[in-house]
Amino acid sequence: MSSTTVEPGTTAPGPKTNRIGLTVVEYKGGKTTLCAGCGHNAISERIIEAMFEMGVEPEFVIKPSGIGCSSKTPAYFLSRSHSFNAVHGRMPSVATGALLANRKLVCIGVSGDGDTASIGIGQFVHLMRRNLPIIYIIEDNGVYGLTKGQFSATADLGSKLKTGVVNDLPPIDTCALAIQLGATLVGRSFSGDKKQLSAMLKAAIAHKGTVMLDVVSPCVTFNDHEGSTKSYKYVKEHEETLQDVSFVPHFEDINVEYDPGSTVAVTMHDGSRLHLRKLEEDYDPTDKIRAITRLTEAHDKGEVLTGVFYVNPEAPNFLDMLNVVEQPLATLPDSMTRPGKEVLDACMEELR
Amino acid sequence: MATTDVVPRGSTGGTGQKRIVNDMSIQVATVNGSGSQSSNTVLLRSIFQMGVPVSGKNMFPSNIAGLPTWYTIRANKNGYIGRKKEIDFLVAMNPETAVEDTMSLAAGASVLYDEPLQLHKLRDDLIFYSVPYDKIVAQVCAEAKLRKLVKNMVYVGVVACLLTIDMAEVEKAIRKQFAKKVKAANLNLAAAQAGFEYAKANLQKRGAFYIERMDKTAGKIIIDGNSAAALGCMFAGCTVVTWYPITPSSSLVETMIEYMKEYRIGADGKATFAIVQAEDELAAIGMVIGAGWAGARSMTATAGPGISLMSEFAGLAYYVEVPGVIWDIQRVGPSTGLPTRTSQGDILSTAILSHGDTKHIMLIPASVEECFAMATDAFNLAEQFQTLVFVMSDLDLGMNNWMSDPFQYPTTPIQRGKVLSKEDLDELGGFARYKDVDGDGIGYRTLPGTPHPAAAYFARGSGHNEKALYSERADDFENNMERLNRKFETARSFVPRPEITKGNNAKIGIIAYGTSHWGITESRDQLRDEYQMETDYLRLRAYPFTREVHEFIEQHERIYVVEQNRDAQMLSLLKLDLKPELITRLRSIAHITGLPLDARSITDELTSMEGK
Repeated sequence: MSSTTVEPGTTAPGPKTNRIGLTVVEYKGGKTTLCAGCGHNAISERIIEAMFEMGVEPEFVIKPSGIGCSSKTPAYFLSRSHSFNAVHGRMPSVATGALLANRKLVCIGVSGDGDTASIGIGQFVHLMRRNLPIIYIIEDNGVYGLTKGQFSATADLGSKLKTGVVNDLPPIDTCALAIQLGATLVGRSFSGDKKQLSAMLKAAIAHKGTVMLDVVSPCVTFNDHEGSTKSYKYVKEHEETLQDVSFVPHFEDINVEYDPGSTVAVTMHDGSRLHLRKLEEDYDPTDKIRAITRLTEAHDKGEVLTGVFYVNPEAPNFLDMLNVVEQPLATLPDSMTRPGKEVLDACMEELR
Repeated sequence: MATTDVVPRGSTGGTGQKRIVNDMSIQVATVNGSGSQSSNTVLLRSIFQMGVPVSGKNMFPSNIAGLPTWYTIRANKNGYIGRKKEIDFLVAMNPETAVEDTMSLAAGASVLYDEPLQLHKLRDDLIFYSVPYDKIVAQVCAEAKLRKLVKNMVYVGVVACLLTIDMAEVEKAIRKQFAKKVKAANLNLAAAQAGFEYAKANLQKRGAFYIERMDKTAGKIIIDGNSAAALGCMFAGCTVVTWYPITPSSSLVETMIEYMKEYRIGADGKATFAIVQAEDELAAIGMVIGAGWAGARSMTATAGPGISLMSEFAGLAYYVEVPGVIWDIQRVGPSTGLPTRTSQGDILSTAILSHGDTKHIMLIPASVEECFAMATDAFNLAEQFQTLVFVMSDLDLGMNNWMSDPFQYPTTPIQRGKVLSKEDLDELGGFARYKDVDGDGIGYRTLPGTPHPAAAYFARGSGHNEKALYSERADDFENNMERLNRKFETARSFVPRPEITKGNNAKIGIIAYGTSHWGITESRDQLRDEYQMETDYLRLRAYPFTREVHEFIEQHERIYVVEQNRDAQMLSLLKLDLKPELITRLRSIAHITGLPLDARSITDELTSMEGK
């Protein structure tokens, strides 16, 4: 893993600053109002670190979210970034619109398993198809927290609620779905795996396309008991990691040695490098079919499989396909958005 | 057949009848998918080119091929371009509807029919002309599979002959219609000429109707409302369009795509716009709102079912205070049945669309010119008031061809509303997103990507304070709701004012809006000429209602609110606004046939309610 800051020439003590001269405090948000021990808080911490370490300008980040405990979290990180708490299950469309208006924005969309896989599945699948440059995070606890503990569509077969109700329907694997539909960086992590999640978030920031990260994030209040497959205990006991994930940002001139036989090195859009040291011999994260097969096997074996399942930094993204000007559409001058009188005259002449 | 086969046995069609010039309605009954749209457009244009005011109404099924469709062309020297109820000249091409179409005509009307239909046997009080289309078309069109399409151009020639439309104008119209396809133009022209020659040689004109040259269309254009709206949006500086196909709104965006591709690509080959076909209306409105929040001039176009789906998001936009423009091309109700028929049925639900207390600005165009001009108004109001603006068009306006003066280049500047820049924030040090600084209820906003540490705010629904911080406090909620109300009150002075036309000391007032205007204009003349009844007329152009609306109601004893829905939706909105003693002055004239509103229906209803 790379070091967190690069600041040549400074020796005076003081808070660490990143490559654009900001301290980590400037990436923080409001005080969390989620339950103590909620996995979501750990994810917010990792987002703060990743944005800080990557030196992203917070004023150019947007944080759309849907509805639910997960979707409250944008209030707890990056208070210098615009947020939009949308309606339930419909964050993807708001995010899409915002990026159409201003393609220079870095978009981190936060959703939950209910917000994505149940009410939001329609917008989710179409978002994945477009390869819009967005980081889509599912804070996945398999349960509706804000309405006090109903199953969501990512709950595993046989998983038990606190009330004793057993889930008898198969889960939707959002990662398999995302890969099949066209997302170009797809992985699963665990809110408790600081190193892996941090590397994956930084790779997400470096990627120019749809990133879909499903982060298993236990709900300490409604889904952390015996019989749950999304509890801290269950995840720790059943986690299978595909690769050892590390990330080297483009602005760090560090030559990391790696063995091409055991490590897949991916050069990201901005020149950063994602290193995936294989823990499973034959896994190839550029092979969609293999990825989906491996995810299906994981369900059959009861594994919580984590890692980068699929990556393709080359695929054209939605904004490039639309051939939109480089400047944000939002602030184009009138001279570029209102054609002259001669154009209207020509149009009228055709209609005579 | 022999010419004399079709000599009417009744008394109405004979010679010596008075000539009726430039005042008639022609109805063409065909099967959809048979290419009749081109023929009808040619017929319409030929009359238009002769200087005669004309309008065309397409009544089509929700189907691609094989169901009945009717196209009505009205030529009127006085410039009445609303639908006329009575048909003077029927072109019966569809075997399925020919009998019923013929039976429903008033005595004295003419019927031009395809020979095998033998319609002349049905009645003896009509004028019949029979044409063997298949024989004629076989002579001009060698390719059998094209005959079905060309057959309809034959009736254009026959009608031209029978109504004295100049064939040179028909040729010109055909050349325009098939501008890019010379071969098709030649084939269609041959068919029209064959029809004309056949009629000239075989049919004896007996009807009273004639088209003669006049000069009332010089310089005018023909366009449908959706295309006019598309142009308007392009000149309004629209940058993001997200949509989901739905009749009758699809052509608005499809036309806009064509215009934008032609005129809004920069020198570097890059688009100054983004148009995205969304997966449904929920996503279309979500994208509009996301784009509006981030600073684009964003829009969608839809119809009633889409409006229903957009309901939740519309409420969110109201509370977050995000601009966006929604074109509602109104049509008849849910699911299958009459989605291709016109209506003003979304007025009430759109005014208060969503849950909780919401109110939306609506603009209501009555003409293609207003479709064009109100596009700029809509985007400006949306950004000035940081709210959604609904433009309530309808199928009649949106999809039918209308004659119009050429559109004026917009003189209104593009207004972006209260947006704080980095420099503003440098000066102010910070801002409170929802604070009523100016007393008009409208706060200042910032756009994502504004490079200032104090620029960001958290956009969320009902629970926030002036600083956009999360709040469930009663006073924060109440203050915010009252400010939103103040904002809506401010809008009353900014929305387009109604158009008022006075009669002579009238005690009766008429209030109407949108496409009802064309029927009202003609009906008021009928009321004056036939019943010596004077009326004043106020045409609403926006919601919320402006001061003039209240004054107008105060000035009249009885007010007839004419609308194309069952439940007197606009009248209901007026009731919410009026002093209680004025409410009893309102009476409803409702039109719910799915057909464009005609003058005669209004005149009959109004006079009956007046006890005449």
